[in-house]
Amino acid sequence: MIVQAICFYLFAAITVASGVMVIAARNPVHSVLFLILAFFNAAGLFVLAGAEFLALILVIVYVGAVAVLFLFVVMMLDINFVELRQGALQYLPVGALVGLVLLVELILVFGAWVAGPEVAQSIAAPLPLATNVTNTAALGQLLYTRYVYVFQASGMILLVAMVGAIVLTLRARTDVRKQDINVQVGRRRADTLEIVKVRPRQGV
Amino acid sequence: MNDALPSFVPALPEMFLAASAMVLLVLGAFQRGPHVAREIGWLGVVALAVTAALVMSFGYERKVSLYGMMVTDGFGMFMSVLTLIGAGFAIVMAMRFNEREGVARFEYPVLVLLSTTGMLMMITANDLISLYVGLELQNLALYVIASFQRDQTRSSEAGLKYFVLGALSSGMLLYGASMVYGFAGSTNFDTLAHTLEASNASIGLIIGIVFVAVGLAFKVSAVPFHMWTPDVYEGAPTPATAFFSIAPKTAALALFVRVMIYAFGELVDQWQQIIMAISVASMILGALAAINQRNIKRLMAYSSIGHVGYALIGLAAGTPAGVRGILVYMAIYVFMNIGTFGVILCMRREGRLVEGIEDLAGLARTQPMLAAALAIFMFSMAGIPPLAGFFAKFYIFMAAIDARLFWLAVLGVVTSVVGAYYYVRIVKIMYFDEPKGAFDPGIGREMQAVVLISAMVILFFIVFPSPIVGAAELASATLFPG
Amino acid sequence: MDSLLREYLPILIFIGVAVALATVIVLASFLVARQNPDSEKLSPYECGFEPFADARSKFDVRFYLVSILFIIFDLEVAFLFPWAVSLGSIGLFGFWSMIVFLAVLTVGFIYEWKKGALEWE
Repeated sequence: MIVQAICFYLFAAITVASGVMVIAARNPVHSVLFLILAFFNAAGLFVLAGAEFLALILVIVYVGAVAVLFLFVVMMLDINFVELRQGALQYLPVGALVGLVLLVELILVFGAWVAGPEVAQSIAAPLPLATNVTNTAALGQLLYTRYVYVFQASGMILLVAMVGAIVLTLRARTDVRKQDINVQVGRRRADTLEIVKVRPRQGV
Repeated sequence: MNDALPSFVPALPEMFLAASAMVLLVLGAFQRGPHVAREIGWLGVVALAVTAALVMSFGYERKVSLYGMMVTDGFGMFMSVLTLIGAGFAIVMAMRFNEREGVARFEYPVLVLLSTTGMLMMITANDLISLYVGLELQNLALYVIASFQRDQTRSSEAGLKYFVLGALSSGMLLYGASMVYGFAGSTNFDTLAHTLEASNASIGLIIGIVFVAVGLAFKVSAVPFHMWTPDVYEGAPTPATAFFSIAPKTAALALFVRVMIYAFGELVDQWQQIIMAISVASMILGALAAINQRNIKRLMAYSSIGHVGYALIGLAAGTPAGVRGILVYMAIYVFMNIGTFGVILCMRREGRLVEGIEDLAGLARTQPMLAAALAIFMFSMAGIPPLAGFFAKFYIFMAAIDARLFWLAVLGVVTSVVGAYYYVRIVKIMYFDEPKGAFDPGIGREMQAVVLISAMVILFFIVFPSPIVGAAELASATLFPG
Repeated sequence: MDSLLREYLPILIFIGVAVALATVIVLASFLVARQNPDSEKLSPYECGFEPFADARSKFDVRFYLVSILFIIFDLEVAFLFPWAVSLGSIGLFGFWSMIVFLAVLTVGFIYEWKKGALEWE
């Protein structure tokens, strides 16, 4: 139990600290690396909460793909980050105020954590008991049947993402020559060849 | 799970629309030819019409389905049909525009269809999860539509701004939803309503509801969450702006009303003040900020912020009459906006799009029909009596007075008088200023039809109000249990 | 819950060892080696020249397109894990549910293919 508590505080502290470093680091590449650290620690928190599947997805999708894409963008985009940062500090008071309000709200919320008796009943309903099956299987038992509506809708969201990415970025390049086998095979003699009778001394 | 197979029939409109979007996507990818975009566009309009027929076939009866994820009722039907009408007109209006601007690509109607699918999901959502997923489906497609003219900096900027602020508001919505789930123990609207009936709301739940309301206020662009609207409306291609101001707004408002009135209806005392505050702020900002605008699309953005403020009065009332007012208001708003943007799309001079209000000068002499149509829409938006816009406001203010929100009604009247200034100013510019030269002729038959239809609706609402008002009456009743 | 976390104990130990080892190595090189930096040692090395320009340069947007498309399919695969684990208990409905999901993304794939987004010119 004590190990669990230590791990929780360790992961939580590193998550928060690296979250701060993401916005405080001077070098954007360092920011992204701190972001990855934050993801890893969040994955640790998920494991502690018993959500193994989410933890692994966080590592696979976020660390494995999204963060790498971030890094890719940060390293290859031709943006002067120092210039971008200038003037960011003038928004600090407003940002600090918003953060303070949120903090007060959170304290209020946890100070007054009361849940009525009705609430306990409706919480008990959803999941198959976590002791009987693994976390992943429990998700699987609900996601594709009970939540079929939103599951299919998320498929549609991925489709929109695909279409959107192509609509916004794909351009047919005109300065390259491409081999189109269909066109090559489909060429007919009549399309390309023309036999012209040339009379002597008259030219074409 | 050994659940029996659920009935998918209530989700038929969404399924049909999604399937037709996919069919059109593949069809478009395989077609070659100069008119692919136009053909796919018309097919998309047909798909929307069939979907509307499907939606209407369910009737007013309230029915929860798909494990409580969605609900079909009269309210949803009314709003869905409005959204589908808006989407259909948006596709038609975009055809000629996109061809002239050299961005006639078949993805445009497909994205409109996909985003409309998301809107239908939002309108029929009966769970915070389906609400969120529907919202994201809608938004993601809208971001792409906003930057559809990808070679123009303005359009890309609009898309980016929309994306960043949309993501922020989605984050707020999710944060609120997670709090609601944590404190009420459910995401289902029925269970939430039931739980709130039985036990008092804790402060955490209220904060959760506030965050959900903030997220939704972003989506309907109510003050103080409106910052993205003018920039996005100005930068996006004009038909996309027309679409933004009609369909997503209707859908988001429907969602707002359903979440507040149905799911959190028991807490009306808690959220009423918030809604009143954003409603008042929107009306005032809509009336004042529009006065100084020179760009007509920006003006329409502020005008739409103001209109949302009026519609939210109906929500603040929290009564069936208030909801009926919202439904009537949105129905009339949709047609006013379709018509106005139809006219804006005709504003071309020497092959280029003009967007300044001054460019309308003397339109009455050069193109009298167009000027007359725009005058009708402007007078209607200002709420001048015989036109439909007056009745829209009338029903809302009546509901406010019934709910004893007198000062809200008075403020509404005052701001609409102030707002009338800039609407009437446009009429004045068109009729009394020196002409700046005619717009390009040949606005296209479909655009003439669009403007004509919406002008007819606005003009003759006073003669035949019953289709809209009667349907709104029946529809609003379905939102209030018992 | 406890038994679940106990399964993760090796990973925790592994992380502990990795962190400790990394710290030791960095510290050791810091303590043992002689530190005598000057500006030439610290400046970036580029084949004997002074670096001409920033290392960042504009890249073809096509790279990003490919990686975004990759992420989309990555997410799709993430949905397959719980499905594969629980296929026995969710029956035919669950099976077809996933098939429809895959079909939707296949439509996207066909579109991509036809548009030539996967080709590298």
